[in-house]
Amino acid sequence: MSGMEENEGGTDKVKRFMFLNRKAPYGTIYALESLEVVLIGAAFDQNVSMVFVDDGVYQLKKGQQTKDIGQKNFSPTYRALEDYDIEKLYVEQESLEARGLTADDLLVPVEVLPSAALGALMEEQDVVLSF
Amino acid sequence: MTAVAVKGKEMAVDEEGYLVNLADWNEDVANVMAAEDNLTLTESHWEVINFLRDYYAEYQIAPAIRVLTKAIGKKLGPEKGNSKYLYELFPYGPAKQACRYAGLPKPTGCI
Repeated sequence: MSGMEENEGGTDKVKRFMFLNRKAPYGTIYALESLEVVLIGAAFDQNVSMVFVDDGVYQLKKGQQTKDIGQKNFSPTYRALEDYDIEKLYVEQESLEARGLTADDLLVPVEVLPSAALGALMEEQDVVLSF
Repeated sequence: MTAVAVKGKEMAVDEEGYLVNLADWNEDVANVMAAEDNLTLTESHWEVINFLRDYYAEYQIAPAIRVLTKAIGKKLGPEKGNSKYLYELFPYGPAKQACRYAGLPKPTGCI
């Protein structure tokens, strides 16, 4: 995370933003907040990626039923990310495996990466926002 | 809390005029809201309103204006998928105004 300086050349101000999602979709407001910030931020044409690790992988789980907890099921909104040109979605392989999930259990196409590869990707970002 | 009166029935709206309960919506609600803005809804308005309702049903959000124009263009043709066309229909800001008539929450974003 290097803060706000411009990229080399000075004219290209597109920054790399990574939104890191670690928490289960309901029970806290983090998942929904992250998603809303990503959708609003999409208007600024930055280079945005979303990463799902730990219980954050449940945010993308198919077949969410929220009626009995009295909350809106916002998971269909992840399928709208493509309309907002947010196409870089990464899921940590270890987190999926630890929960008995595979990419087929997820609502949207993602790239599944091992922890080390995600770490390298994180290293390349200008800004990492953790939710 | 204020309300919009539709055929003798009061529907609660928030301070910006958006329906509080999405389930209260019907076509009369849209017509009444539009009439309050001195607007008569035409087929062209309904195309956009119905598009927004379908989009919300599918994705659980009201699309941002940029996404709306692109998606309208794809579905209804390029002559309609631009902000000039949409602003002529909904002069108060296509996403905001059309979402209000469609009974959806205010879209996240500016217009």
